[in-house]
Amino acid sequence: MDFLDYIIPILYALGMMVVFMTMCAYAVLAERKICSLIQGRVGPNRAKIPIISQIPIIGNILTRLGIFHPAADGLKFLFKEEITPKHVRLTYYYLAPIIALAPALTTMVVLPFGRYIDTNGLVQPVVLADIDVGILFILAVSSLGVYGIVLAGWASNSKYPFLGSIRSTAQMISYELAMGLSILPVFLWAAAPGSDYGLSLFGVVQSQKTLWLILWQPISALIFLVAIFAETNRLPFDMAESETDLVGGFHTEYGAFKFGMFFVAEYAHIIMGSALFVLLFLGGWHFLPGISDPWPAGFFGVICSTLWFLLKIFLMIFFFIWMRWSMPRFRYDHVMHLGWKILLPLAIVNFIFYIFVIALIDKISY
Amino acid sequence: MAKTKVLERKPLTFAEKTFLPQIASGLATTFVNMFKKSITMEYPEVRPVIPDKYRGIPTLVKDPKGRVKCVSCQLCEFVCPPKAIRIKPSEIDPDTNEDRSHIEKEPKDFDINMLRCIYCGLCEEVCPEEAIFLQDNFSLSGYTRESMVYGKEKLLELGGTLPDKHFKWDKKKEAEENNPINH
Repeated sequence: MDFLDYIIPILYALGMMVVFMTMCAYAVLAERKICSLIQGRVGPNRAKIPIISQIPIIGNILTRLGIFHPAADGLKFLFKEEITPKHVRLTYYYLAPIIALAPALTTMVVLPFGRYIDTNGLVQPVVLADIDVGILFILAVSSLGVYGIVLAGWASNSKYPFLGSIRSTAQMISYELAMGLSILPVFLWAAAPGSDYGLSLFGVVQSQKTLWLILWQPISALIFLVAIFAETNRLPFDMAESETDLVGGFHTEYGAFKFGMFFVAEYAHIIMGSALFVLLFLGGWHFLPGISDPWPAGFFGVICSTLWFLLKIFLMIFFFIWMRWSMPRFRYDHVMHLGWKILLPLAIVNFIFYIFVIALIDKISY
Repeated sequence: MAKTKVLERKPLTFAEKTFLPQIASGLATTFVNMFKKSITMEYPEVRPVIPDKYRGIPTLVKDPKGRVKCVSCQLCEFVCPPKAIRIKPSEIDPDTNEDRSHIEKEPKDFDINMLRCIYCGLCEEVCPEEAIFLQDNFSLSGYTRESMVYGKEKLLELGGTLPDKHFKWDKKKEAEENNPINH
């Protein structure tokens, strides 16, 4: 029995990891496909798997959609020649991709992705580890990802990766402030006096039963969204890469599977960012603003809520990709300007505003 | 003197300073684009329409009766700017080639180095026999430099048969036979 208690969480974690990595792979495919649609191209449509691709109509459609491309990409990364440039610092050079990927995968532990109703009739989150400081854990761990980028830039021992990682560090630090401040009002509202959720993400979702926070705190949502874009190093803020002026940014010197790990880490961050935004502002697994939880009580309800949550994440990922192919990159000093002179003050003002509003609501309702 | 008009740049409105309306309109543009038809031509399966008079690789053609039209005059060899063409002339044996017995020469070797060819079309322009044409083949490849030197057989195979308006040598032969003294 004891033994089983150890095994089952590990199996759950592995299962979630598999789903998460698959999502990463298909996020890459989605990126390529949506990009091609926006640019009037066809996109990846050639990779075939022997038997499945030969099924008369379905196989052809799947091939045209590029369904088999992630597998082909992964295998390509795996079997490519590993080139290690001579001028790198070996230990850190090998460590960097691992450090970039690990935090991105660690954060999913505290991510509630559905709800079930326990034997006492209470609504409980479907989550690997339901800790009551979920958001702090995510903020703390996900920002460790920047160490991977910094280390990559430093260990590469060449100028473009170095510039990329320097930019990325500055950017991450700048936007983390605005990001932290922008979600303070959210938790001020969610963890109202009398609630027993504290800083847990489940609590935030439960507080959005009737009113999604994007409607009630749009400025927080906007600041958080911009900060998420910056934190995930996505265009318009992809200072770490900026392939037009820095060759490939921090991963210029990386190839084969090590590059693949950076790549997966980037998409893992995007998925985490999307999930976080959905949890904090788009009502998690709640159906629509006003209609909180129409899912049935049993196992089917768990599936429904999870799928609905996943659908919202997919929409957010689509938004990330859509944004990337619509926006030009900001200039580096503009990024800093936006972060320090606009978003940070705005976040503070927003915070103070909601302090007063929430205090007022409290006063009236008591 | 050219008139210069200094355009006054209006200060940005508040909405413009936030970027948000601009981002929204940009997103709308790309979203609409997503549903437009793609303009990609999936090349190996779908071939582009090659217009008439297109200058692809130079090829040797045969006339409708299946005879090699080239008479080895070597004008193309002389005119070729990058010196891609090499011709070795030879005589036509009148006994074995009855239908060409009155034509004196034919190429023994006719090599075009496709790595040198610049597709200028001067060979086609200069050819008095209308024997060499730049046709619609634009994609050629090979594994070695030698394989990119196309010989006579390959050129004839690529050229195929083109319609002939004149049948110059037939007319000449006819005239020769009807009126042998004038020749």
